[in-house]
Amino acid sequence: MAEHTEHIVSPGIYVAIFFALLFGTGLTVWAAFQNFAQFNIVIALGIASIKATLVVLYFMHARYSPKRTQLVIVCAIFWLAIMLALTLADYQTRNPRLSQFASPAAIYNA
Amino acid sequence: MWIFLVTEVLFFGGMFLTYTINRHEYFTAFGIGSNTLDIKLGTINTAVLILSSLTMAMAVWSAQVGKKQLVTGFLIATLVLGSVFLGIKVVEYKQKFDHHLIPGRGFDVWYLVDNSKPQTEIEKKHLDDEREELHKATLVDPDIQSHAQLYFSLYFAMTGLHALHMIVGAGLLIWLIKVSLRGRFTPRYNTPVEIVGLYWHFVDIVWIYLFPLLYLIDRHR
Repeated sequence: MAEHTEHIVSPGIYVAIFFALLFGTGLTVWAAFQNFAQFNIVIALGIASIKATLVVLYFMHARYSPKRTQLVIVCAIFWLAIMLALTLADYQTRNPRLSQFASPAAIYNA
Repeated sequence: MWIFLVTEVLFFGGMFLTYTINRHEYFTAFGIGSNTLDIKLGTINTAVLILSSLTMAMAVWSAQVGKKQLVTGFLIATLVLGSVFLGIKVVEYKQKFDHHLIPGRGFDVWYLVDNSKPQTEIEKKHLDDEREELHKATLVDPDIQSHAQLYFSLYFAMTGLHALHMIVGAGLLIWLIKVSLRGRFTPRYNTPVEIVGLYWHFVDIVWIYLFPLLYLIDRHR
């Protein structure tokens, strides 16, 4: 693989990505202690996805990889999305017990 | 290697799916379980793993530019950081055993609240808060004992599978270090470093998702 890609990512970029990831970690811990109601999980997953994207693009060199490699990565995400979306849709429409204890607000009202 | 990582994405994806469904159904119990985790250790471990990804990436760079001694150095650094991560994980697991939070017969979410002897006023207040929290949670979800066990089953399954991947990664690193000590990795031949690097970064990504999902479910109360 390395023989084909020729492109060498400089240490400066690696260190910059490292600090971006540390910042993201700090941000996600901070955000977890704020009350954004149902958006806490959205924010947490959003930050995690940005961090994961940085790792894939720079640490894993996806940005400089051949198109074929990039296609494989996109396929992985796409198939994961199918698995999650269809199963959750099935659960949501089939299981009457779902959401019984779901509301994060339920505990405040107790 | 990328094709293998795709299968790994779907492998871990199944666990995340199970987690999502159960978390949705038993949110209160999952919040209670999540809040027993040590957020300091979790954050430190996240930083340690990110740093190990940096040293791994630097090992790849060193091989690409032909700095043979740096390759070995960065690989050893990565192995050490990976071991630190696993060590901290052991400490966290030990705490869960001590606090009766292992799914099974001895499981008891009340154990810590009932058996702690607070030394200071702050500790006492903290414990009272936790007791009140558990009472409220029990009102929302009467079967919190079983549902909290679901959380801990998933916690151990997911972090355990992740730790297993780390152990495999550590084995691969030891092999790389041995080869690199013989000066085999050069700008012309460094594919093994590159490929183990991909694997290591993938395991890092899994943790990037596990950390907020397991440690930070319901911290803002």
